[in-house]
Amino acid sequence: MALSEKEVLAGLAEIVAEETGLDAAEVTGPKSFTDDLDIDSLSMMTIVTLAEEKFSVRIPDEDVKNLVTVADAVAYMTKAQS
Amino acid sequence: MTVIRTTKGPEYARLMGLGVARGEVTVTNDDVAGPIDSSDEWIQQRTGIVTRMRAKPETSVLDLAERASRDALIAAGIEGRAIDTVIFSTITHPQMTPAAAPELGARLGCPTAAAFDISAACAGYCYGIAQADALVRSGQSTYVLVVGAEKMSDFVDPTDRSISFLLGDGAGAVVVGPSDAPAIGPTVWGSKDGAEFVRMTHSWLEVRDDPTTPFPTLVQEGQTVFKWASFEMPDAAAKAIEAAGLTPADIQAFIPHQANIRIIDQMAKRIGLPDTVAIGRDIVDSGNTSAASIPLATERLFRDGQVKSGDLALQIGFGAGLVFAAQVVALP
Ligand SMILES: CC(C)(COP(=O)(O)OP(=O)(O)OC[C@H]1O[C@@H](n2cnc3c(N)ncnc32)[C@H](O)[C@@H]1OP(=O)(O)O)[C@@H](O)C(=O)NCCC(=O)NCCS
Repeated sequence: MALSEKEVLAGLAEIVAEETGLDAAEVTGPKSFTDDLDIDSLSMMTIVTLAEEKFSVRIPDEDVKNLVTVADAVAYMTKAQS
Repeated sequence: MTVIRTTKGPEYARLMGLGVARGEVTVTNDDVAGPIDSSDEWIQQRTGIVTRMRAKPETSVLDLAERASRDALIAAGIEGRAIDTVIFSTITHPQMTPAAAPELGARLGCPTAAAFDISAACAGYCYGIAQADALVRSGQSTYVLVVGAEKMSDFVDPTDRSISFLLGDGAGAVVVGPSDAPAIGPTVWGSKDGAEFVRMTHSWLEVRDDPTTPFPTLVQEGQTVFKWASFEMPDAAAKAIEAAGLTPADIQAFIPHQANIRIIDQMAKRIGLPDTVAIGRDIVDSGNTSAASIPLATERLFRDGQVKSGDLALQIGFGAGLVFAAQVVALP
């Protein structure tokens, strides 16, 4: 069963919290991974890989750079599930 | 019918003694940051490296190997002449032929030992242990010297942002010999199609054909290698634990190739190692020394009192090829 955007956000927030030590509640839609959450390229790749595992989706490297905000990533992964 | 006789050795082999050598010169992040428009902060945050140790110009990769090997022989309590096989893992011996191993054997007093080099980059030390273990247990050799030695600084480009700033020089050596009890687990090893991910910039033939071609140096696709190491290597490491009939709770030390502190931490997390496991983090001071990094990190754990003889260590090497090898060993 495909997850809703809300469920994907919750799952992604957990991954980000684990990788960065931030509180999962800080991981909200409008936040930018680099500018607001201070996530560097290696952490971003780690987060993307863990999200691929968690949501059983494939995110090609060339798409990762378009995932600027948390909402971008949530929308991408929700769609990619189906 | 005539049949060929084959040899059979002791049931088990073990690591008998360790020796290491590091480059003599401490190179700080500030020393390398200028030409790559980087900074101490960036390098520490992305890689964990604070300094790398590099050899003086007049010190060769063989000199580093000899220093480490002499200490390994002393630690093992055996004479150079008892060594009947020398295995030299390196990607920075600057002569394609002859191999470095026969000359090392001659320097150490075992000039008639079987001697050959392995080209398995950062997996070279674990490849060497796999072979030494097999040679001893088959009865083909009695005492094998395994050396991982690199003078990476001969192949760096100070303006390269992809790998040069990570690299240091050093050597680590162990003597592998017969054992009464199991002390080297099965090696889980293999390769992956990815020649372009860590490589020399170009071949020697290009230098021959166009004299304006620069001296070849090393480059890598950092992100790709980071992902492979962080997410595929933990599976190989976990299989090595399983192949040895153990669980993560049985391991006292985790000593992976020292490529990047963040790879090391991610691997430890994914393998599910308990917090009590000592983790090799010599990269902070020694940088990435390719085939030498695992024995260097092992020596560091001993020096810091984090491991003792007989402790079970999970070691895994991975790098250019791509190639990898992992095994559990009892520390010498
Ligand atoms: C080499 C490594 C540290 C590079 O880090 P990275 O985050 O992948 O670097 P990227 O190439 O994605 O670049 C990210 C940013 O840092 C910058 N950058 C890249 N290399 C840099 C360097 N050496 N110094 C300063 N900045 C650098 C880039 O310009 C880019 O900036 P931007 O976001 O403003 O565009 C990293 O990929 C790594 O360690 N990989 C593991 C490889 C390894 O250990 N191999 C050993 C093989 S055995």
